[in-house]
Amino acid sequence: MERIFNWGIYPTIDAECTTLNAVDKIAAYVRTTDAFIPRGNGRCYGDSALQPKIFSTLALNKFLSFDTVNGIIKTEAGVLLSEILEVIVPKGFFLPVTPGTKFITMGGAVASNIHGKNHHKDGAISQYIECFDLMVESGEILRCSRTENTEHFINTIGGMGLTGVVLTVTLHLKKIETSFIKQKAVKAKNIHAILDYFEQYQHYTYSVAWIDCLSKGDSLGRSILMLGEHATPSDLQAQQAKQPLQLHSAKQIDVPFMFPAFALNELSIKAFNFLYYNKQRQQEINNVVHYNPYFYPLDILTNWNRIYGKNGFTQYQFAIPFENGREGLIKILTKIADSGCGSFLAVLKTFGKGDAFSSPLSFPIEGYTLALDFKVSPKVFALLDELDKVVLDYGGRLYLTKDARMTSATFHQSYGTAFLHSTKFQSLQSNRLTI
Amino acid sequence: MGTLLLLGSNADVGQACAYRFAKEGYNILLAARTIDDYQKKLASDIAIRHNVKVENVRFDALQTAEHKAFYETLSIAPDVVVSVFGYLGNHEKGLADFEEAQLIIDSNFTGNVSILGIIANAMEAKKQGSIVCVSSVAGERGRKSNYLYGASKAALTAFLSGLRGRMFASNVHVATVIPGFIKTKMVADLPPTPKPITASAEQVAEAIWKAFSKKKDVVYVLPVWWLIMFIIKSIPEALFKKTNL
Repeated sequence: MERIFNWGIYPTIDAECTTLNAVDKIAAYVRTTDAFIPRGNGRCYGDSALQPKIFSTLALNKFLSFDTVNGIIKTEAGVLLSEILEVIVPKGFFLPVTPGTKFITMGGAVASNIHGKNHHKDGAISQYIECFDLMVESGEILRCSRTENTEHFINTIGGMGLTGVVLTVTLHLKKIETSFIKQKAVKAKNIHAILDYFEQYQHYTYSVAWIDCLSKGDSLGRSILMLGEHATPSDLQAQQAKQPLQLHSAKQIDVPFMFPAFALNELSIKAFNFLYYNKQRQQEINNVVHYNPYFYPLDILTNWNRIYGKNGFTQYQFAIPFENGREGLIKILTKIADSGCGSFLAVLKTFGKGDAFSSPLSFPIEGYTLALDFKVSPKVFALLDELDKVVLDYGGRLYLTKDARMTSATFHQSYGTAFLHSTKFQSLQSNRLTI
Repeated sequence: MGTLLLLGSNADVGQACAYRFAKEGYNILLAARTIDDYQKKLASDIAIRHNVKVENVRFDALQTAEHKAFYETLSIAPDVVVSVFGYLGNHEKGLADFEEAQLIIDSNFTGNVSILGIIANAMEAKKQGSIVCVSSVAGERGRKSNYLYGASKAALTAFLSGLRGRMFASNVHVATVIPGFIKTKMVADLPPTPKPITASAEQVAEAIWKAFSKKKDVVYVLPVWWLIMFIIKSIPEALFKKTNL
């Protein structure tokens, strides 16, 4: 037994964790274990990958093939996106979709149907999955694609690990000329301004806004919109042009211990948000940056989750449709600002259309999506219950990969359709939400 | 770039070693008794991660009659050979059952004498090449708890020492790498050994790389083992025979 928790350090559980890489042994484990959940690198925030019995995919860590002509890569499920980048970037390819950390596994990417800053244009990872091998309840391995075992293919993408153990994944990559991003950062004085900017700049491949969620009144929702396109060689500065396909550095800064609980309070978060907003003097900045700080600004800090202290934190990410979405966001931001429960990280993005090849548990719906981090406390949970009501009123939903606390009623009201799966695969989350 | 022939790619140390050489740009021939699904995945993984050529080849240390053909049919003559195969065996069983004892001796010693002999002759003729072989501290003094394994490794260490002397004139480098305790699947069922004197497979691979690239003769993976063995070797036999080592 070992103490296991995911990125939010909330909740924690004593679990029996099994790590195997031989397919026959995995099959025996699957057949003989009553209830377990597959788990990758534990970068979901809450209890999606927790269960008293856990099957870790981290030993499934092999690259199986890489077609450098067509940009198709096949790996085992436990390979991290960071490892994939190390292989593909020097060959002129990039991940078609990436979340805000590169330390997730391919299996996790499938189970969460991950999205990135380009969802409004390119959709979720589901769009780029050629096929995968899924070990189901019986220990049998099914090759799943749009044409083979289609039902399993659909239910597994965004299926939160409840359909079986993903063993391998075959993914289509994106061609790039350089590993740099041409960035435009635009300051928005409030929520209206930022939502207008999102519309104005919707042709950009990547867009994401950081929001100061403690500002109120006319400044409610003041933010910085960060837009990006993959840079071409002619965009690069002389220094960058020396290595146009430069990789991310392996250097990491470790947060060596849990911060004391008082380190993050309303005052310190306010100060941080003030500095962050005012760091950018000009209304608009245009520059070229490496993909690592652009996509993964927090990855440089190993264990940055420890700054929230040993009681952990939760990320609240919801999506609401564009229709009346502005009104809904204003209500939510007002509630947060009034509560004084600030969030270091408040990130606003837009989602394009949902897709046909993902499970009913898959998160993205067309509209706005806002993600906020909160240190775990009774006050925060009370606030989030309030926010849930607004999200539901506006026809929205919460991201299961981030969730640790919504009620079963909230889940069923927002996700609607029943999701049938083998009881062999279950998580604390699927039990809590009666999925 | 050069080619490494890795004898024993089923062993954790062998795999770590293949990654270490691939990182330096070496193409790899992965030799194992059976080429199973895992060995094939290992080959694709090393090839893709390090952008080198990797091939699986079938090699059985015990089938000495096949060794010549094995070496001659390799797709390319390797520049470096690293031998990590071996068999710990069951000492108690070996005391009662000569078959087990012979398996220990043949896996650790006879197999190496056969294949490394063939390779040494080929390298001697070309006047270039490197052979790195993993022996064991168990071979430095026979202890009552595992002297069958120890004796086979002692013989191997002596063989390598002699081979090194013979090859010196032909510019062929022979290195003996001596790990102490290693954390691998070979000893996964045994009680854990003290951490400060237990090396990881990656540490052993690093020592092998160093032994090769710096043309060392004998390398102790963790230097503390040299001291430990120096002390153990210094104990007079009259006392040593009474110990429970």
